[in-house]
Amino acid sequence: MIALREVTKRFGATVALDSVSLDVPPGATHVLLGSSGSGKSTVLRLILGLAAPDAGTVVVDGVTVDAGSRDRLVARMGYVVQDGGLYPHLTAVDNVTLAADAQGWPRGRIAARVAELAGMAGLDAATLGRYPRELSGGQRQRVGLMRALMLDPPVLLLDEPLGALDPIVRAELQDQLGHLFATLAKTVVLVTHDIREAARLGRTITLMTAGRVVQHGTFADLVERPATPFVTQFLTAQTLATPAAPAR
Amino acid sequence: MRALTGAVALLVTLLPAGAGAEGVIRVGSKSFTESYILAEVVAQVIEQAGEARAERRVGLGGTGLTQRALESGAIDVYPEYTGTLARVILKDETLLTVEALRARLEPRGLTISASLGFANTYALAVRAEQAERLGLRTVGDLARHPELRAAFSSGFLERDDGWPGLRARYGLGLSRVEVMEHAVTYRAIASGQVDVMDVFSTDGQLERLRLRLLEDDRRFFPDYSAVLLARREMTERFPRTWARLREALEGRLDAARMARLNAMADLDGRSVPEAAAAFLRGGEPAAGGGRGRALLGELVALTADHLLLVLISVGAAVVLGIPMGVLAARYRRAGQLELSVIAMLQTVPALALLMFMIPLFGIGKGPALVALSLYALLPIARNTYAGMMAIEPTLLEIAWVLRLGRLRRLLRVELPLSAIAIMAGVKTAAVTTVGTATLAAFIGGGGYGTLIVRGLALDDTATILAGAAPAALMALAFHALFELLDRVVIPRGLRA
Repeated sequence: MIALREVTKRFGATVALDSVSLDVPPGATHVLLGSSGSGKSTVLRLILGLAAPDAGTVVVDGVTVDAGSRDRLVARMGYVVQDGGLYPHLTAVDNVTLAADAQGWPRGRIAARVAELAGMAGLDAATLGRYPRELSGGQRQRVGLMRALMLDPPVLLLDEPLGALDPIVRAELQDQLGHLFATLAKTVVLVTHDIREAARLGRTITLMTAGRVVQHGTFADLVERPATPFVTQFLTAQTLATPAAPAR
Repeated sequence: MRALTGAVALLVTLLPAGAGAEGVIRVGSKSFTESYILAEVVAQVIEQAGEARAERRVGLGGTGLTQRALESGAIDVYPEYTGTLARVILKDETLLTVEALRARLEPRGLTISASLGFANTYALAVRAEQAERLGLRTVGDLARHPELRAAFSSGFLERDDGWPGLRARYGLGLSRVEVMEHAVTYRAIASGQVDVMDVFSTDGQLERLRLRLLEDDRRFFPDYSAVLLARREMTERFPRTWARLREALEGRLDAARMARLNAMADLDGRSVPEAAAAFLRGGEPAAGGGRGRALLGELVALTADHLLLVLISVGAAVVLGIPMGVLAARYRRAGQLELSVIAMLQTVPALALLMFMIPLFGIGKGPALVALSLYALLPIARNTYAGMMAIEPTLLEIAWVLRLGRLRRLLRVELPLSAIAIMAGVKTAAVTTVGTATLAAFIGGGGYGTLIVRGLALDDTATILAGAAPAALMALAFHALFELLDRVVIPRGLRA
């Protein structure tokens, strides 16, 4: 269970989060939706303990995230960023096994887990032997996901994981991710600006703008019972901007 | 076992002077021909006496340097001049006789021989042809020609018994006075770029270059009789050798003979040992030989020497510099301070840095290695710092999320990601150190610089090139080697 209680975060004069409260239901996928600068990525960083709130508290599994607890809490989380965030000097498989190495896993256990994850992500051994720059955007993203899942953390945090991909690959990966999240039954927090992605993956959605929560609910709630005109505006603006349905 | 012996032998040769010198007399010299020759004569006499082994630590910079080397025990004996002893070393111009000097040197643990028979006084020289044309006979005549261009050695320019005193005594006002090393000035005066220079009266070049000495009619220049300056400890430990030295040298050399020996080495292409041997045999040197063949053998030894200087100092700089760069990147404020200090070290001219090492570490390889390592530190530490700072912050955050721990993050993420920058720094350090290491010879550190210093002193372009050209080649070789090394050290995923 992840919760934010009236969290405010400033970067200099800019208010990134303005008294945000949020509950992430366990074992399901929650989407933080908003355009860039809405503060959604900052929420992830606060949950991870990469940044500390100026006011309010972030609670993970009943423990407040702070300097004393963050090292312990981060062990329960996997983190995926745009384009994978892979180490360019390590092969895909070395990227994936880095954390298990650090935990002193025996070789056999590492190999078995890699094979399991590779099957899940649909990557073969040859691909895993390549360096990140030799991989396609979609492959890099899958490797990033494998790395985050290596130690099987109960919480998975994804920051625009599909942001760097072209629309077709993106749609394909969205389906695969949806399937994956359903099987894994992990608590997932996914940050995106893409409404289709939010609709396809999020059981619940929090729409944010300018550091504030606008509405919290299912996709149907957002469409049918918009809390403010902004919700409708946000949903329709992107639908029109998407070239999926060319006008006659 | 053999490796251990080798390592110990290496360590011993690298130790600063003073440690474990069983039966060795270290002979020093300054870096001009006469000093080289006299030192070589001394060394050969020591070897003949058979009481101790002679170790040559010749070609040391100036008086201050040889003096400190002597007092610290890095050398035991070297040729000096009474005028220099009185004015520069003891700073008392009233000390005129050898006895007076000896009495004053005694409390310092030093002693001197009697005069070797000649005085090598300072003098001003002009081209004979120009002297005729302008009617220059005495130093005072220069007052009528302030347009003449002068080039003086830095010692002469600054010493009270040099240019400042001379100018005051004669009321001279030359408009253009430059600092130039002797060997260079000879070329400049011969080609007419310079008109007046300071020379030593026993200079072998004077006759050949058709230079004329201006008469010191107001008797400004003091007497510079050549003597041997030695540590008393050495003379007491090897009394027979010291007696032999005095017997062989005291009163045996007049100015003309010394000038001929100087000319032999300076102008006739004879090696310094040959000139020294010629004096000891009392005749002209044997025909043949020359510098060529001896040079080749020496070059091989010097290459090994130079390589040792570069590899050890760059190695030490890598071992120190990379952690320093890492620390600078970790602790930003302290890091800036640290990098500023190393940068400041870099602004000290390399030669000066080498000189500073002498009071701390004596002369020879040890201090040269310390100075060269300090010099190589900046590019390595700075590039490591720059490489670490250039790492994308997200990649470091991910390392924390993956719980790599500090050491693993450093070894598996930060250093590999900085590899290109670090290697560039090491490459810069290695290539520049090959060049800077040629200066080590000024403090007896050996290497290719030995030939450059000697070539400069003997005004011998071939010898200078024999030191400079291999140094340039070695720099190129290091560059090529590092291009290859890049392929090993820089992770494949980072290479373009």
